[in-house]
Amino acid sequence: MTVSADKSWPDEIFQTILRHDIRQVAYVPDAGHSRLIDRCLENADLVTVPLTTEEEGVALLAGAWLGGDRGLLLMQSSGVGNCINMFSLTRVCRLPLLILVTMRGESGEFNPWQVPMGQNTAALLTTAGIEPSVVDDSQDLARTVDRVAQSVFEKRTAAAVLISQRILGVKSFEE
Amino acid sequence: MRPDRSEAYPLHRREVVQSLLAERGDMLVVAGLGAPAWDVTAAGDTPLNFPLWGAMGGAVPLGLGLALAQPSRRVLVITGDGEMLMGIGSLATVALQAPGNLAIVVLDNERYGETGMQATHNAAETDLAAVAAASGIPVSGVIRNETELVAALPQIHDGKGPVFFNIKIRAETLPLVLPPKDGELLGDRFRRALSESDRQS
Repeated sequence: MTVSADKSWPDEIFQTILRHDIRQVAYVPDAGHSRLIDRCLENADLVTVPLTTEEEGVALLAGAWLGGDRGLLLMQSSGVGNCINMFSLTRVCRLPLLILVTMRGESGEFNPWQVPMGQNTAALLTTAGIEPSVVDDSQDLARTVDRVAQSVFEKRTAAAVLISQRILGVKSFEE
Repeated sequence: MRPDRSEAYPLHRREVVQSLLAERGDMLVVAGLGAPAWDVTAAGDTPLNFPLWGAMGGAVPLGLGLALAQPSRRVLVITGDGEMLMGIGSLATVALQAPGNLAIVVLDNERYGETGMQATHNAAETDLAAVAAASGIPVSGVIRNETELVAALPQIHDGKGPVFFNIKIRAETLPLVLPPKDGELLGDRFRRALSESDRQS
């Protein structure tokens, strides 16, 4: 497991979401999203909303869309499990929903408690009607987010970009 | 638990909701699943209602996203005590954003009405208005009778938000008044009506 040398990808994602006119960004913090969250919090044109649990974000962005705002939901892979019932709102109302998931629990994971969700994130999203795209090379991230965002907002679909631990690095408690 | 006390509460849910919505103007209304959605529909099915048929725990965060997107419009979330308990953390999320245009009303019969009227935690010692206040919502109170309801209406309609009121209502089972259940239709008609009313204003 190698840590990607390229650390500019959060800034590239940030520029991409601005181009897609996203206004509300909801998140439960994750170390892998910290730089992107900071960029969003610094930007006065965005409404950046910390959540107490990820399913709040699914409902929040449903309300945002009803009010005319595009949204983005940031979470760690464990948070996908918290959202499952709330995704019925997305599906029944055919709402656009764009999620960026930072992965835990992949091969090399230090914490076994992350593995049950991390190993099943893509399958659970697929079952819930959210199309996952797994990215494991930071060079591909911004263009994947761009492509997926275009599909979400132009075709009113629900999709998630899963950012692999190959990009994020594996968390160690020994550092 | 005191599962019988709410059978004697004086306020009736349909009349309460009728009062809340009688002079709604261009207010946007989100209704939590179950009886609150039927109550809001009984007061008049309009495109600027968004009644939920599921997504339990989602009424308040949905109202928050709407309020943040439409800061010039009043947003009223009307939900039940069981639904509020499931999304209780969202009160802290609301307090942090502090949208001035958001009001939240809980119709609290201390029961899960759609599943057989089982007691909620509110039938014991849980006090949702205290939870809202402790979460940081600046205006929070309990309404137990007509006088208190009339006194609170200006705050619910126009007071600087976020505003939270827990309304103790009688436990009663009423005829169903159902809104459309097609979520795509509910969302599309809401967005269309909102953009049309924006153009007229």
